[in-house]
Amino acid sequence: MLATAVLVFREVLEAALIIAVVLGASRGVSGRGWWVSAGVGLGVLGACLVAIFAAGIGSAFSGTGQTLLNAAILLTAVLMLAWHNIWMNSHGRKMASDIKAVGDAVRAGNKTLVALLIVTFTAVMREGSEVVLFLWAVATSGGQEYGMIIGGFAGLAAGVLVGALIYRSLLFIPIRHFFSVTGWLILLLTAGLAAQAAGFLNQAGLLPAFGNSLWNTSGILSQQSILGQLLHVLVGYIARPSGIELIFYVVTLVSIFALMRLVKTRVHRPGPSRTEPRAPAETRLTSP
Amino acid sequence: MLTRFARLALLACLPILTGPVFAADAPSPQLNIRNQQFVPGQLTVAAGAKIELLVVNEDALPAEFESYDLSREVVVPGHSQVKIFIGPLKPGKYRFFNDFHQQSEGWIVVAAPGAAN
Repeated sequence: MLATAVLVFREVLEAALIIAVVLGASRGVSGRGWWVSAGVGLGVLGACLVAIFAAGIGSAFSGTGQTLLNAAILLTAVLMLAWHNIWMNSHGRKMASDIKAVGDAVRAGNKTLVALLIVTFTAVMREGSEVVLFLWAVATSGGQEYGMIIGGFAGLAAGVLVGALIYRSLLFIPIRHFFSVTGWLILLLTAGLAAQAAGFLNQAGLLPAFGNSLWNTSGILSQQSILGQLLHVLVGYIARPSGIELIFYVVTLVSIFALMRLVKTRVHRPGPSRTEPRAPAETRLTSP
Repeated sequence: MLTRFARLALLACLPILTGPVFAADAPSPQLNIRNQQFVPGQLTVAAGAKIELLVVNEDALPAEFESYDLSREVVVPGHSQVKIFIGPLKPGKYRFFNDFHQQSEGWIVVAAPGAAN
């Protein structure tokens, strides 16, 4: 029962953390609850499908099908989050300190709701499929049905609770810094997902490792610990990273950051953008 | 400032980029999951070589081959097999386990160069 609770908790936590950050980033956008709920619903459906067809997926591509699917899912999430961040940065004017800037951020957020739905969907599908397979394994091994149900629900509740706590603590950030912080959070989270995708592509034999265990910090912070896992999801912490994981992390971080800068200056330079006629007033606040 | 950042990042990556690349013919040891145990419980491989590990699940229950030491995780459905690439590794002991049945664990032992071959 405890084993079930712990496994379900760990998988749910990963998805819940991503959803917490997504909910933070879409703060104030009307209808975001529906979009994120739809993402969760589709994710659960997808998780069941992946679990049902696990054998077929696993044997695809000479036995690397599941690994490749994980990489593809992660890279999709990376693209969606990158788009969200670049778009929000060019239209959200998050550095501005007046309340109107928040309104702009909210309007900009409307455009990327579909990206956030896809990110939620992929997170739930990836973690959920493991939960389904695990519960199935426990259920068919017999004799532990009650323990499994109780453990499963306890794990689910605990995972959702931690996700909710993270979201609640995000809300304590002063509103004028809020979208700046969520922007950075998404940037780091995205780089971490890209590093994970690199790990899977290496696992499938498609990319070289460029050195395994570049460093080993599992003695200081084990990836198995709660904090290690929190940081793994939120900022991409890996205790023993490979070279390719580090490269993907750095390249993703730098590229998104550069694109955010580039698109922002391009949007600001021509004066009034198409979003608001009052744009020049805000430009004064953002440009040094 | 941005270009300086990018250049620094590239410089940081250079020593990694000059590291070992793909091994052409990777040795392919096999690891079985039988009655929720890894057989053999310990696999010895050569240092510095890329290996193509075949994980065969003989049980009806799905398993998940996972390792924090190797940064690897893959679901192995019941009565099926998956392939994962590992390494090249430095000499040492690397723990792996079944995430769906955490009591079952095993080790990949990487022998020091010269000792294995």
